[in-house]
Amino acid sequence: MDSALIPKGVKRCPTWQFALWIGAAGAVLLWGVFAMLLCWFKGLNQTNMNDSYGFALWIWADLAVIALGGGAFFTGFLRYIVGKDELKNIINYAVLIGFICYSSALLILAIDIGQPLRGWFIFWHANVHSMLTEVAFCLTCYFGVLTIEYVPLILENRQIDKVPFFHRLGHNMHEIMAVFAATGAFLSFFHQGSLGGVSGVLFGRPFGYREGIFIWPWTFFLFTWSAAACGPCFTILITKITEKITGKKLVKQNVIELLAKISGWMIGTYIIAKIIDTWYWAKVTAPEAGFNLMDFYSNNPFYGIWILVLEIVICGVVPAIILISEKGRKNPAALMTALILAVIGPCVNRWVMVLQVMAMPVLTFDNWVMYYPSWQEVATTILPVAYGVILISLSYRYLPIFPQEQELNPEA
Amino acid sequence: MFPFCFEWMWDMSHMVFMGGLWYALTIIGLGMTFCIGKAFYDTFLDKGKDDHHH
Repeated sequence: MDSALIPKGVKRCPTWQFALWIGAAGAVLLWGVFAMLLCWFKGLNQTNMNDSYGFALWIWADLAVIALGGGAFFTGFLRYIVGKDELKNIINYAVLIGFICYSSALLILAIDIGQPLRGWFIFWHANVHSMLTEVAFCLTCYFGVLTIEYVPLILENRQIDKVPFFHRLGHNMHEIMAVFAATGAFLSFFHQGSLGGVSGVLFGRPFGYREGIFIWPWTFFLFTWSAAACGPCFTILITKITEKITGKKLVKQNVIELLAKISGWMIGTYIIAKIIDTWYWAKVTAPEAGFNLMDFYSNNPFYGIWILVLEIVICGVVPAIILISEKGRKNPAALMTALILAVIGPCVNRWVMVLQVMAMPVLTFDNWVMYYPSWQEVATTILPVAYGVILISLSYRYLPIFPQEQELNPEA
Repeated sequence: MFPFCFEWMWDMSHMVFMGGLWYALTIIGLGMTFCIGKAFYDTFLDKGKDDHHH
């Protein structure tokens, strides 16, 4: 029925099967939309946020998807600025995943601000002393850049490409993509960093507070670094999942291995910096504020020292070692393990930097404050996942996302 | 926010923040204007129909 829209030389599942798949994801999406409408019409009393948790599940999800979406800017940087030509075979997918991540982040923010009609206030009545203002500026601009990077892909659809104007527009956008990629890398560096800077400047919260250079705490650089390191792992992981679902090889192994190797070295250097930062914080910064390391990891039902070990050793050191070694990259099981751990790593990091910061008591009469998200918060956090599945499915079906697909699957 | 708005102040924070925003938006805007303008021009003159990317 829709065969005229499917790229030439590739095989796709029957329309009924595709419709069923989209229907299943659509049901989850509708559940999220319902929860979203409840939050908009009834207000933020639908959430379990309170005076202790002004930042909650949504902000964690926001920071996590932004970190994982970092694969788009870093792969774009490697492809267009550094000149790693092999990455042209995965850059489309990295852009698509980045587009989904950033549009999801903006959607979550639109729910989180409670009154989305006033969302433009942050641009017009900007608080120029807030790192979050800079985040909002860069996030929005970078979403614009990702849209510009995604549009040429849409224009390459078989039917759209037949329109002379769209064909030329797509070509022109490809021609100057390096300019957009460089702008994207610049914007990403600052907003990824400022998200880390937010917890780093909280001098009233010794769990998050860090020293740094000029106005930038060390967390500023660590957040950017971790996004650039782990974002490409998310891109590879989603590629592997897509290959599993479609039953096809979509990207050549040398491309995967190159990106995995670069990511491995980035994770390795990041985790060394993170260990130094943690050690200095535990030995100098926190004691100066009157705290010992174990004060942050005891006397509460959830946040034990395990979370620090999970973040740094299991989801940092282990994937770095696997991805740096050639044997690790070539072993499918080891590669998959490393990718999953490398994706969990920044998610745990963002969780502790957003939620453990809030949970930790800072005054002698304070207690640990635990937080459990409401179903509306959970549903609206799952909403972007369903949206992502739908957009990836539509893009895979109708757009030439993987340039090597035809070559790798000649029987189609 | 523009310099002619009543909230504007000529201090470093406003110049850096808002300057950065308008700088990025200008690059994105000029880039897209070039692409769209050239696409119109080429379509009108029937040039570049055999150009392929990748």
